[in-house]
Amino acid sequence: MFDTLSDRLAATFKSLRGKGRLSEQDIDATCREIRIALLEADVALPAVRQFVAAVKQRSLGAEVSQALNPAQQVVKIVNEELISILGGQTRRIRFAKRPPTVIMLAGLQGSGKTTLAGKLGHWLKGQGHSPLLVAADLQRPNAVTQLQVVGERAGVAVFAPEPGNATGRTPTDGHSGDPIKVARDSLQHARDKMYDVVVVDTAGRLGIDAELMRQAADIRDAVGPDEILFVVDAMIGQDAVATAQAFLDGVGFDGVVLTKLDGDARGGAALSVAQMTGRQVMFASNGEKLDDFDVFHPDRMASRILGM
Amino acid sequence: LSRDKLDEATWEEVEDLLLTSDIGVAPTQELVERLRTRVRILGSRTPEDLRDLLREELLTLIGPDTDRTVHSLRADGAGPAVVMVVGVNGVGKTTTTGKLARVLVADGRSVVLGAADTFRAAAADQLQTWGERVGASTVRGPEGADPASVAFDAVKQAKDQGVDTALIDTAGRLHTKVGLMDELGKVKRVVEKHGPVDEVLLVLDATTGQNGMVQARVFREVVDITGIVLTKLDGTAKGGIVVAVQRELGVPVKLVGLGEGADDLAPFEPAAFVDALVGQ
Ligand SMILES: Nc1nc2c(ncn2[C@@H]2O[C@H](COP(=O)(O)OP(=O)(O)OP(=O)(O)O)[C@@H](O)[C@H]2O)c(=O)[nH]1
Ligand SMILES: Nc1nc2c(ncn2[C@@H]2O[C@H](COP(=O)(O)OP(=O)(O)OP(=O)(O)O)[C@@H](O)[C@H]2O)c(=O)[nH]1
Ligand SMILES: [K+]
Ligand SMILES: [Mg+2]
Ligand SMILES: [Mg+2]
Repeated sequence: MFDTLSDRLAATFKSLRGKGRLSEQDIDATCREIRIALLEADVALPAVRQFVAAVKQRSLGAEVSQALNPAQQVVKIVNEELISILGGQTRRIRFAKRPPTVIMLAGLQGSGKTTLAGKLGHWLKGQGHSPLLVAADLQRPNAVTQLQVVGERAGVAVFAPEPGNATGRTPTDGHSGDPIKVARDSLQHARDKMYDVVVVDTAGRLGIDAELMRQAADIRDAVGPDEILFVVDAMIGQDAVATAQAFLDGVGFDGVVLTKLDGDARGGAALSVAQMTGRQVMFASNGEKLDDFDVFHPDRMASRILGM
Repeated sequence: LSRDKLDEATWEEVEDLLLTSDIGVAPTQELVERLRTRVRILGSRTPEDLRDLLREELLTLIGPDTDRTVHSLRADGAGPAVVMVVGVNGVGKTTTTGKLARVLVADGRSVVLGAADTFRAAAADQLQTWGERVGASTVRGPEGADPASVAFDAVKQAKDQGVDTALIDTAGRLHTKVGLMDELGKVKRVVEKHGPVDEVLLVLDATTGQNGMVQARVFREVVDITGIVLTKLDGTAKGGIVVAVQRELGVPVKLVGLGEGADDLAPFEPAAFVDALVGQ
């Protein structure tokens, strides 16, 4: 039906043609369309509510009532508000004054953490750093092997003293190892071998898994990260808020990485997470290969969410 | 007709519940309209009545009597049943393949796993670990090998050894990638040289939002999916997108994933799904 917010609003405003200014009723109708557009882009309901309220507030002001084309003016406001939430306080990775800088990755199962570790390693190396990837997921079958392969492809060193849950070993045999110890030991290894950035890959976990969330907090406490990055799949729907909140409460995070942006999901989660947690999306992952990785562009994301 | 207890706040709650379960805007609006009509006709008064009606409507949409049999076995002597597992990246294909093998092996069946993900780092190792864990052998090729030929070899081995079932794990791929979708179509066509594929399971992650619908449409187009596995239902996500998927495509959810362990796979039960969605 309506692919873009502009189309939607244009249709809403068709009935208003000729009218000089927008009534509060007109604005309400407009806000309903914005609400639908955002929900269809998978922005979570509480984030939609807050966002629409802010847009309504601004739309009641002079900039819309005096505009020649109110529809365009409202789209402009929506776009600006989106960019300001997605891009407020954009910042780069904070490097430690005394190396190694520690970056810890956390997120739901399958969100793209291990792949991201390789991409970060590749990117950091390209910037003249000497990164070390740390295999602290001893849980998912062959997560350690996966990180080793990824590190090899990226030409980046991998610290993997424990094989984890791999062929010939099962998590029940009690030998899959202690991820907290692996993470802690990686720091000494990095100092000894002069690696200046440590990227800690952790197992995927659910927000409601208290035990595993505790483990993530323990890993955090063992390494004292300079950055904890919450890795989230751009295809996620309404659960984005509950999950982001659970990770914020359980382990905390400083920035967000949105993955699988090479698909056609609208990626409303970017807004949900930024709005509800106040943490910014720092990087975008857009493919399975090592260099399918970019800093995050709030303006592009805003257009994408709005289907423009 | 008195609707004194069903005020607008109650209706908004119903709408919120559906929207936050990823049912989607249009299906939510349709459902709420239908409910409003039924409430008018039936003269229902309480939020509890409304909840029961909602449960009923959702159940009807999902199809309580749909056949959800997983075709993973054939009649004796008819060769191995072939099951392909497909879907976008990271949804739980390999894990589901392992769990499904576990169910079959526990049932006294023999299983061969085909590692037709030759692309992702350590994908074949991951599948093989699952195979060893549950008691199934794994056929794999070198990294970067042609996935179709690995799948072909797996089914061939299953045939030669008189194995009951060949489960083919495929690489995650976004439905938007034409080349990768073509490759998947080829995997299926090459496997079909051995005879028809019995089941093509599309794995959908319960956290997926509205994109799940597009995924299902495209995968159906390319490999004619016969069932859906809804994974990660052990989290807080409700997986509401499958309501629209089942209604539009008529492809039933057959299995659900409830964790990372070998036994965390269960048949899809419409009533339980709706209860989890609507709450008590
Ligand atoms: N298309 C696409 N695929 C991606 C992207 N990032 C990761 N993937 C794929 O998503 C799948 C899961 O990625 P992983 O890196 O294993 O995810 P993870 O978070 O480490 O998973 P667990 O360790 O099991 O929790 C793999 O198939 C990756 O190749 C991306 O940006 N685009
Ligand atoms: N909590 C939970 N985790 C699951 C479930 N199914 C799979 N996982 C986890 O999700 C992650 C991804 O699972 P995989 O089986 O590797 O997914 P995949 O679709 O094969 O991924 P690619 O091959 O990389 O596309 C792993 O960490 C699994 O342990 C489930 O039902 N519940
Ligand atoms: K759930
Ligand atoms: Mg991983
Ligand atoms: Mg896999």
